[in-house]
Amino acid sequence: MALRLRSSTSKSNFLNILRYNNLGFGTASHAARHLRTHDPTLLRVSQNPISRFCNTMAEKLSSVGENEDANAQVMDFPGGKVAFTPEIQFISESSKERVPCYRVLDDNGQLITNSHFVQVSEEVAVKMYSDMVTLQIMDNIFYEAQRQGRLSFYATTIGEEAINIASAAALSPQDVIFPQYREPGVLLWRGFTLQEFANQCFGNKSDNGKGRQMPVHYGSNKLNYFTVSATIATQLPNAVGAAYSLKMDKKDACAVTYFGDGGSSEGDFHAALNFAAVMEAPVLFICRNNGWAISTPTSDQFRSDGLVVKGRAYGIRSIRVDGNDALAMYSAVHTAREMAISEERPILIEALTYRVGHHSTSDDSTRYRSADEIEWWNKARNPLSRFRTWIESSGWWSDEEESDLRSRVKKEMLEALRVAEKTEKPNLENMFSDVYDVPPLNLREQERQVRQTIKSHPQDYPSDVPL
Amino acid sequence: MSAILQGAGAGAAAALSPFNSIDSNKLVAHSRSSLSVRSKRYIVAGSDEGTNKSFGSSSLIARRSQPLMIPNAVAATKADTASSSTPSKSGHELLLFEALQEGLEEEMDRDPHVCVMGEDVGHYGGSYKVTKGLADKFGDLRVLDTPICENAFTGMGIGAAMTGLRPVIEGMNMGFLLLAFNQISNNCGMLHYTSGGQFTIPVVIRGPGGVGRQLGAEHSQRLESYFQSIPGIQMVACSTPYNAKGLMKAAIRSENPVILFEHVLLYNLKESIPDEEYICNLEEAEMVRPGEHITILTYSRMRYHAMQAAKTLVNKGYDPEVIDIRSLKPFDLHTIGNSVKKTHRVLIVEECMRTGGIGASLTAAINENFHDYLDAPVMCLSSQDVPTPYAGTLEEWTVVQPAQIVTAVEQLCQ
Repeated sequence: MALRLRSSTSKSNFLNILRYNNLGFGTASHAARHLRTHDPTLLRVSQNPISRFCNTMAEKLSSVGENEDANAQVMDFPGGKVAFTPEIQFISESSKERVPCYRVLDDNGQLITNSHFVQVSEEVAVKMYSDMVTLQIMDNIFYEAQRQGRLSFYATTIGEEAINIASAAALSPQDVIFPQYREPGVLLWRGFTLQEFANQCFGNKSDNGKGRQMPVHYGSNKLNYFTVSATIATQLPNAVGAAYSLKMDKKDACAVTYFGDGGSSEGDFHAALNFAAVMEAPVLFICRNNGWAISTPTSDQFRSDGLVVKGRAYGIRSIRVDGNDALAMYSAVHTAREMAISEERPILIEALTYRVGHHSTSDDSTRYRSADEIEWWNKARNPLSRFRTWIESSGWWSDEEESDLRSRVKKEMLEALRVAEKTEKPNLENMFSDVYDVPPLNLREQERQVRQTIKSHPQDYPSDVPL
Repeated sequence: MSAILQGAGAGAAAALSPFNSIDSNKLVAHSRSSLSVRSKRYIVAGSDEGTNKSFGSSSLIARRSQPLMIPNAVAATKADTASSSTPSKSGHELLLFEALQEGLEEEMDRDPHVCVMGEDVGHYGGSYKVTKGLADKFGDLRVLDTPICENAFTGMGIGAAMTGLRPVIEGMNMGFLLLAFNQISNNCGMLHYTSGGQFTIPVVIRGPGGVGRQLGAEHSQRLESYFQSIPGIQMVACSTPYNAKGLMKAAIRSENPVILFEHVLLYNLKESIPDEEYICNLEEAEMVRPGEHITILTYSRMRYHAMQAAKTLVNKGYDPEVIDIRSLKPFDLHTIGNSVKKTHRVLIVEECMRTGGIGASLTAAINENFHDYLDAPVMCLSSQDVPTPYAGTLEEWTVVQPAQIVTAVEQLCQ
């Protein structure tokens, strides 16, 4: 076909070739959109200052057409240049070796030689350890309370204290948290009191959530912790949206979202990662790969090398960390956060750990895994003991402080439980408020009907819910 | 200025909202002042006690000092045409999709937190051109093109709303929002409640739905049926350029999540709308044609079929009252109730399927609240419970036609 060249510059050549060969590029900017993606060094020379899609043809076109060697031919498919190969080769479904896991403290809590980590001050380290102990004690007491019938439901975080606390410590208070449900430690770090935890679990009138959600579904606007929604992985796209919002407002903060190995199978996980990469949103995706999704082991959940390899599929930088190593968690999250905000990109962090507790109080995990396995992880891989060894060797902690802390927290916790149990429940009006900003007439009418029914059958109405 | 009437027992007061009261002396707000309490059981949907307790938008207007606010069409005119009564003589003509765009653009100008996200909404301008030109004006961060995952970008909008933005989420076709049902139901509708009021989700979810011209079963869905049960959301359906712009603006300003239903076949409707700024009340129905013999309740595209039938009916000597209910959740039982009390007969004309549609809920609501006023059972004309066929002739017969409306009215008015 005849190529009518309008000018002798290679840019025009190329545009003409595209047009007449009908390679699907209607305009230069259309072509530019497809060409911009793969090269991270691509300079963005924008003609329209508010447009992200700019004409990069000028920069790239000079190199097109230079490779006359047939063996090194490349083709500009939508998405960028792709080299050809005459050999039929499939990318293997797994690499020979698994992605290594970043850790700083060994199994015994000793610092590994030549380890890179972000230094932690004594104050922060002691607070981290204390909060991990507090979380552990809180979990145990709440769990027992449920078993005694004082609480309706609970889900522990046993075994994952380091992920909770260390990641929280590495973030700033302005970072917005989108939890799954096994991250109360983040709230604890930020200042949520034991009493507030207890209030939510008992659903009393002092609860932020006004007694509407089940236990462990905490939320605090003040502490930038999005209320837990029971649905799995729905918080991931929410986090991307929040990151987008923070980016629009140019805030020095990122969105951080947590989920488990099971949550990564949900469609929302894949979509959220894809979106975050395309939107260049400053969000940290922290996966607590704890080996179990209720009774489903990871081998039945996915067939990839865990979560970390999935990041690359979406164009996201990722790292695998030892989730039971508080120092490594801290360093990884700290570094990831800086990258996310300064480079405006999402980061995927896979924290390997183990769910020592049952999925929740409605589960008995010994039915599907051996008690030995649980015991081993609880003793040999305990995140608290490893970190404790390190802070003790740094001279920042002692046995005495340990026993002081534990007895103090236990006392405080039992007191919080007692007070929360006694505190009144929210009154009936709260059943209907907050569905909308202002209760509409149909809801007001429905409330009237409920109250009428209560008046005629007072003995059938729960005695602990005030009118 | 507001007419406050106390009902007996469980009855509630009917009052004009402050937003309506600005021009209440000029407009004839029909039937509102002639309310008589017959039964203790009637429910009145409207503002209470003179202070505006209904949703955000109207109270917002009352508090701020806006330029001349033109209330929505609570017309007393007996005009046959399906036009809203706008007192202003000046105005400009545009198509419905342009009205939506105008409303959206005005709100984006007014509030930098308003943003748009959806598929092809950016440089492409949206598949129905509602967001045309906005990306050029506001940049592609505020008018965001998303990858194809409705659940994800709806979830994104919710997360962004929680951190202070006011996203307008576009579903390319309402049917695709079925994929976003999880986010809409569990997060959008519920989070304000379950968080104890700590987080608000002021999103607008909009898109075209309804039966088009041979778009096939998957692209001809009426999502209002499925969404109507979700607690915590509001639903409105626009039908004219005037109310499209007004509802768009009101929805964006509302603190609640609002789903705005547009119709694929109504985008090219032309009408002259006021130059001045105005918004429509999200919870009010629109009186299209006042009448005495029968109340025809409808919304979206069926409004036009009802009005066409009305022409025929007038020639046959009937005087139908046509109301575009506009607010699908919650129903404007105040306007509807007043009408029922006047005419005593109700015909609902909807595009939803027979089972579980808006008509089904409306029938139940009317029977429950206005049973004493009915001289005949409530009749509801809806689409059949079949996936919309592709064949044009068959498709036409899945949708309620004016002839059927005429027959139904004749039957009811015997």
